[in-house]
Amino acid sequence: MTVETPRRAPLGEWATRLGELAPALSIAEQPFLTHLSLRVRSRAPMAALGEVLGTGLPRQPCTFASGTGRAGAVDVAWLGPDEYLVMAAPGIQPELESLLRQALDGTASAVVDVSAQRTTLSLAGPAVRDVLAHGCAIDLHPRAAPAGTCVQTLLARTGITLLVRADDEFTLLVRQSFAPYLAAWLVDAAAEYRTERT
Amino acid sequence: MQLIPCPWCGPREETEFHYGGQAHIGYPQDPSALSDEEWARFLFFRANPEGPFAERWSHSAGCRRWFNAVRDTRTHDLLAVYRIDEPRPVIS
Ligand SMILES: [Zn+2]
Repeated sequence: MTVETPRRAPLGEWATRLGELAPALSIAEQPFLTHLSLRVRSRAPMAALGEVLGTGLPRQPCTFASGTGRAGAVDVAWLGPDEYLVMAAPGIQPELESLLRQALDGTASAVVDVSAQRTTLSLAGPAVRDVLAHGCAIDLHPRAAPAGTCVQTLLARTGITLLVRADDEFTLLVRQSFAPYLAAWLVDAAAEYRTERT
Repeated sequence: MQLIPCPWCGPREETEFHYGGQAHIGYPQDPSALSDEEWARFLFFRANPEGPFAERWSHSAGCRRWFNAVRDTRTHDLLAVYRIDEPRPVIS
């Protein structure tokens, strides 16, 4: 007999403190998203892959692509010359995995469920780039990092993957075990941008 | 802080990288045929030039790819970066 333990969002206990940073910085955790690691060679059947994902693989390093394919809305981030991260709605790991495997059938490739590795934060607001700049060396000015940019780098010495969705809108992926530390750092770094409430 | 240009990701801070020692050291064709001295040379002996030096770097906090770089050991200037499967560029 197996015992079903309820899943806990890695930053569930931080929701209130992160929520108090609004409106300068709104942070919301999107836990349990489907994350699949995709390793493919350039000779992979890109048309079949594109049909599943609803988008081609991002061609340029440090970018991501979004689309709506046979498994719904997905983001596909470039992580390396033959490595991509497919992000989709929670709970569709088996379905998306088998769709991708079918599309890649017979080619040198790998699809691995890595959903448990990271949790996802959506960050937005007028102070978001200033707060990130406290601990991240990447130039996040819209001129240097336009929408569609995806960088793997360090934020407050923690490895992160950062997707730029719009000028003041980011998606941040962080390892689950580092997430509480990063949440504490974000709350601290954003303190000076908070507006007092009476 | 020094910026190191990853061939994939572009210039990043050096804290994102790990050093991998001298580049272009081939594994012996037939390791068991080597004498102890030859094996020790393969394992431990490395060039230590004053000037351009081809070495391996890993963009460990970024794309996690290994690449090669030619660095001037006197100035730390990175004279060239190139992919792991490319030959050492000629530095004039
Ligand atoms: Zn890189």
